[in-house]
Amino acid sequence: MLRALLLTLSVVAIAHAELCKPDAQNAFKVRISIKTALGDNAYAWDANEEYLFKAMVAFAMRRYSSKSTTQISNVLLCNVTDRVSFWFVVTDSSKNVTTVPGSEVEAAIRMNRNRINNAFLLSDKTLQFLKITSTLSPPVEPSTPVWLIVFGVVLCLIVAGIVFLIISGIRKHKKKNKESTERENLEEKVEVTLENGIPCEALDIKAGHVNGVFAADDERFTSL
Amino acid sequence: MERKCGFLIPYLIMLIAEGMPLLYLELAVGQRMRQGSIGAWKIISPYLCGVGVASVVVSFFLSMYYNVINAWAFWYLFHSFQDPLPWATCPLNSNRTGYEEECEKTSSTQYFWYRQTLNISPSLEASGSVQWEQALCLTLAWLVVYLCILRGTASTGKVVYVTASLPYCVLIIYLIRGLTLHGAVNGLIYMFTPKLEQLSNPKTWISAATQIFFSLGLGFGSLIAFASYNEPTNNCQRHAIIVSLINSTTSIFASIVTFSIYGFKATFNYESCINKVILLLLNAFDLEEGSVTADNLNEMKDYLMATYPQEYAQLAPQIKNCSLEAELDTAVQGTGLAFIVYSEAIKNMEVPQLYSVLYFFMLLMLGIGSMLGNTAAILTPLTDSRAIASRFPKEVISGVVCFVNCIIGLIFTMEAGNYWFDIFNDYAATLSLLLIVLVETIAVCYIYGIRRFEKDLYTMIGCKPNWYWKTMWAFVSPLLIISLFIFYLTDYILTGTLQYQAWDATQGQLVTKDYPGYALAVIGLLVAASTMCIPLGALVTFIRKRLKRERISTVA
Repeated sequence: MLRALLLTLSVVAIAHAELCKPDAQNAFKVRISIKTALGDNAYAWDANEEYLFKAMVAFAMRRYSSKSTTQISNVLLCNVTDRVSFWFVVTDSSKNVTTVPGSEVEAAIRMNRNRINNAFLLSDKTLQFLKITSTLSPPVEPSTPVWLIVFGVVLCLIVAGIVFLIISGIRKHKKKNKESTERENLEEKVEVTLENGIPCEALDIKAGHVNGVFAADDERFTSL
Repeated sequence: MERKCGFLIPYLIMLIAEGMPLLYLELAVGQRMRQGSIGAWKIISPYLCGVGVASVVVSFFLSMYYNVINAWAFWYLFHSFQDPLPWATCPLNSNRTGYEEECEKTSSTQYFWYRQTLNISPSLEASGSVQWEQALCLTLAWLVVYLCILRGTASTGKVVYVTASLPYCVLIIYLIRGLTLHGAVNGLIYMFTPKLEQLSNPKTWISAATQIFFSLGLGFGSLIAFASYNEPTNNCQRHAIIVSLINSTTSIFASIVTFSIYGFKATFNYESCINKVILLLLNAFDLEEGSVTADNLNEMKDYLMATYPQEYAQLAPQIKNCSLEAELDTAVQGTGLAFIVYSEAIKNMEVPQLYSVLYFFMLLMLGIGSMLGNTAAILTPLTDSRAIASRFPKEVISGVVCFVNCIIGLIFTMEAGNYWFDIFNDYAATLSLLLIVLVETIAVCYIYGIRRFEKDLYTMIGCKPNWYWKTMWAFVSPLLIISLFIFYLTDYILTGTLQYQAWDATQGQLVTKDYPGYALAVIGLLVAASTMCIPLGALVTFIRKRLKRERISTVA
C-alpha cells in the first residue's frame, strides 16, 4: 500500500517535472521585479506568494473558460531563481498528464492581466509574462487637440489688438486731416523745406528739429 | 544658439577687439547721419550706397527665415499644456502592441521634433506638401510681429521693454532650478574647463566672432536705424560699452543656465544607460535584484564574463559602454538641436509643464525681439524714402512687408522646409555680414576720415574717442575680419562640395548628403545677392556721375 502510494507520488512528480521545465511546450516564463516596483515596501518572494500566483492563474483560467475545473494544483511552477523568475504551466485535470494549450493560457492571462497585476501591487512592466505581449493603453485624446484651443485663444487676442490699433490709427489720421484742412484754409500753403535732401517733416518724426551737427547747442556759442 | 565649452576666452577677446568698437561705430554713424542704413552710407560717400542696400538685403533674408523659429516656439508652447508632455512618451503603433517603430529607434523627443513638428522628408529633393499646423503657427508669429511694428519704431520701443526684460526673469527661475538639479555640476565643470586643443582650432575663434556679430546685431542695419531716432547729443559711447557688457554678461549667465541643464540631461541619460545595462545583465543571468549596482557594475561584468563566457559573448553586442563624457560631448548646435536638448531635459523635471511653458515663452520673447530689430532695419529705409512714405501710410507698408515674408516663409513649413532653413541659416548672413562690417569700418576710417569722424563725435557727445577706439577701428577690427574671411574661403575651397544632414526615418538618425545642383545655385544667389550690392552700388553711382558730368560739359 505504502509502496503503491510512493510509486504514484513519484510518477506524478516525474510527470510534473516533465511538464514544467524551461522551454517546455505551453510553458511561460514569468519575471517579477518587486524591488524596482515597490522600493522600500518590497515584500519577499516566498512560498505564500507562489501560492497566490497559482491561485491567480487558476482564477484567470476559470474566468476565461467559464468552467470551474481548474484547481490551484493544476498550476505548476518550476525553476524559481533569485531574480525572481520562474516557469509555469497549467495542466488539464480532465486529460491525464497534458497541459492546457498555450494560446488558451495566453488569452486567459491577457483578459485578466489587470487583476493579476493588482494582486501583486505590480504593473505590466514589473510583472512580465515573457511571451505574452500586453496591449498598451493609448493616451486619452480629447476631441479637439489642446494646442488648437490655446492657438485659437492667442490668435483672437492678437487679431483684436491689430484691429484696435489700425482703427485708432485711422481715426487719428482722419482727425489730423480735418485739422490740417482747417488750418490750410486759414493760412497760405508753406512750401516744403528740405535739409540735406530730407524733408523737415521726416526729421521731426526723429525728434530732431535742428540738425545737431551743423548747429550745436546754442550754449557753445557766445550770444550776440 | 548654443556654444561649446572653453568658449569664454575667444568670446571675451572677440568682444573687446570687435564687438564694442563696431557697436560704437554703428551707433555713432546712425546718430550722426540720422537716417537708416541706406541714407547714412550715402552721406558718408555716394559710392557706398551699396552697403546700406546690402544690409537691407541681409535683413530681408533673415526676416524671411528667422520667424520660422518663432513658429516652432509657438508650436512647442501650445503643446506644453498637456499631461504628460507629448514628447515625453512615444506614440503607440497601429495594433497597440508596442511603440511606433521610428520612435523606438530614436528617442521620443527627437521623434516629436522630426516627425510630429517638422514631418521631415528624407532629402531636400522630396519637397512634400505644406504642413498646415506649421503654416498656422507661422501666420500667428507674423501677426505678432505686425502687431508690434504696426505703429512704427516709437511703439516698438515700448514692446522691447517687455521682450527684453521677461527673458531675464525666466533665466533667473531657470538658474535656481538648473543649479538644484541632479548632475548640473557635471555640466558646469564641463563648461569651465578650458580645452586647449579647441583654442588652437581657428573654427572656435570664428564661431566666437560670428556669435558676437549676431548677438550684438552688427551689420544688419538695425543698429543704425535705431540710433537714427536717438537725440543728437545722446552719449552713444557710454551706451555702446554698457550694451556690449550687458550683452556679454547675459550670454555668460545664459550659458551657465544652459550648461547646468545640459549636465542634468547628460547625467540622466548616463544613468539610464547604466540602468539598462544592469537590467540586461539581471535578466540574462537571473541574478537577484540589487546585486548589480552602478558601483559594482564593472566587477560584475568581469565576474560574469569569467563564469559564463558563452552566454556573455552572446550578450556582448547589446551591452553598451556608457560614458558621461560622451553624453556631454554630443554636439550642441543648430536650432533643431536646441529644441531637442531642452525638451529632453524638461520632460525629466518635476512639474514639466510649468518649466516647458516658461522656457518656450522666453524663447518666443527673444525671437520676437530679434524679429523686431530685423523688420526695423527693413522698414526704416522704406519709410525714409519720400517715394513710398508719401503714398502709403506706415501701417500699409509694414503690412505688405509682413505679408510678403509670411508667404515666402511657407517654403520652410514644407516637409523639406528644415533643409532650406538650414541653407538660409548657414549662408544667408555669415559671409555677407563679415564683408559689410569690413566695408563699414574701412569706409568710416579711411574714406570718411577718422579725424572728421572724431570731430563729429566731439560735436555730438562732447568728448573725443581715446586711443583704444581709434586703434580698434583703424587696424585691429579690419585685420581680424579679413583673416576670418580668408579662413572661411579656404575652408570652403579645401572641403570641396557642400553637404547637409538629412533625417533617415528608417535608421532613426541623421545622415550626410550632398546638396543638389539647384540648392547650390540658391546658396550662391544668397551670398551674391547681398555682397554684390556693394560693388554694384559703387558702379551705378560712378556711371551716374559720369553721365551727369558729360551732360554738364555738353551743355557748357
